[in-house]
Amino acid sequence: MDWYPLWNSLRIAAISTAAVFFLGLFAAYYIAKLPRAVKGVLDVVLTLPLVLPPTVVGWLLLCLLSPRRPLGEWAQAVLGLRLVMTWWSAVFATIVVSFPLMYRTARGAFESFDATLADAGRTLGLSNTWIFWRVRMPCCRQGILAGMVLAFARALGEYGATSMVAGYTPGKTATISTTVYQLWRTNDDAGALKWVLVNIAISAVFLLAVNLLESRERQNRKGGRSCA
Amino acid sequence: MRLTVDIRKRLGNFQLQAAFTAEAGAPLALLGASGCGKSVTLRCVAGIMRPDEGHIELDGTVLYDSAGHIDLPPQRRSVGYLFQQYALFPNMTVRQNIAAAIRDRSRREAETAELLRRFRLEDVAAQRPRQLSGGQQQRTALARILASRPRAILLDEPFSALDSYLKYQLELELSDTLARFSGPVLWVTHDRGEAWRNCRRVCVMDHGAAEPVMDMETLFHRPGTVSAARLSGCKNYAAAVPEGESVRIPGWGVTLNCGRPVPPEVRVVGIRSHHVRPAAERENAVPCAVERVVDDVFGTIVLLRPENAAPEAPLLRMELDKADWAALPDRERLTVSIAPADILLLRE
Repeated sequence: MDWYPLWNSLRIAAISTAAVFFLGLFAAYYIAKLPRAVKGVLDVVLTLPLVLPPTVVGWLLLCLLSPRRPLGEWAQAVLGLRLVMTWWSAVFATIVVSFPLMYRTARGAFESFDATLADAGRTLGLSNTWIFWRVRMPCCRQGILAGMVLAFARALGEYGATSMVAGYTPGKTATISTTVYQLWRTNDDAGALKWVLVNIAISAVFLLAVNLLESRERQNRKGGRSCA
Repeated sequence: MRLTVDIRKRLGNFQLQAAFTAEAGAPLALLGASGCGKSVTLRCVAGIMRPDEGHIELDGTVLYDSAGHIDLPPQRRSVGYLFQQYALFPNMTVRQNIAAAIRDRSRREAETAELLRRFRLEDVAAQRPRQLSGGQQQRTALARILASRPRAILLDEPFSALDSYLKYQLELELSDTLARFSGPVLWVTHDRGEAWRNCRRVCVMDHGAAEPVMDMETLFHRPGTVSAARLSGCKNYAAAVPEGESVRIPGWGVTLNCGRPVPPEVRVVGIRSHHVRPAAERENAVPCAVERVVDDVFGTIVLLRPENAAPEAPLLRMELDKADWAALPDRERLTVSIAPADILLLRE
């Protein structure tokens, strides 16, 4: 059995989770400080990929990245990079669809953070960066970890936008989800089943992890603590 | 060293206006009921909140000035802030909480050890805040503030998070700590006793408006306004008309001698419950009917209706020792008197 789709799916999910970690975190942190009206609009825009069909996301991404479009054309001409139909093109798709999961869970965690802790830090002369990484992040650790796991699981299962942006080339852009579709389409049910089982196993492990993190967070809240 | 504050801020339909100066060595109490703007004032001084306009200056450094567009971030104000719930970092030990406030690495270890020793926190140095008692939490918060080497200290209701049993000992400790501190101290409280015991000067705040700073003695003997008198614990108020050295109280149908010229702007008199004495032979005798008797923990509260009182006039409240009340021959009708000096002359 060729394990390339597993390896490709895992690296795409890992890279996009790393990107979404920072993007989601900082979006959650800065958007929380904005005026209510702006916050409402941005909230809708940033959460939209969660509810849009992945094919719509894929189509919009192609509008942006295709070599016939300004950004894609520029990347091709200046950087010599083709933004679509490579293995890492899928990263664009998975970032967009998994971003809302990270953003919303991080925002929920930040909203339950006791702001006087940050105020206290500032009056003690501690920098905002120090307070963010040393107080706010540890206090919101459980929620942020849960967001990362969800984002990773979502990225791993991404099919629609990925197939449109990265296509299916065995040994190049094939992921677990696109491989399952391809094998089913070519009547290779036995081959498809193998990948289905692999996918179910990985996803189950991740959801188990989310549940563990969430129940630990609930226990902490019950105990009246904001941090573990 | 002094802290000068003169700020205005609008919050919804609440208008905060505070102006006062706190000198080093004489803690200034900001005394007011909850929701009067005391905490907002502290937050503006610390830089956590921004006033709409005004000027804040500490020891010659301008912290905030709306006209000059100066607004130092809290990090550069060197103002220590003791939060109501102490705001200790829950993910760090006591030692880490204190060490975090010391920026100079070379002195971090030695100073943390010294503060742990001074605040008797050595035994709990490795524990997290949630494992500490209320008193230990407060000591940790104080140690952490001193570790940051503040030039002024702000205390926001320092005992609101504690049982009254713990309060007294901690109040003595806090008082000792502040006595060793060389900068100005602002002490926010709604408790007049706490203010009296710990502060020499007081600024009364009422619905967002700060009155001029006065000595603590003045607040209790000559509060000047109804809101200040109320915060000083005075219970009896009656509308009054100045008449030379006396005031006429239409509601009670009496005229009381005040023993001093009564300024024309006086509109109300205040009489403390324990200044109402059952003694007919003295000055300002007021014959009354006893309306109600309330048995209190250490004394007796008696509500009196002056004989010539209008029906809607407030009752006169008297507090006296249980034994003194029991010794009175007639507990249905009673003539009380109020010493002229004990009558508080108040503006609205």
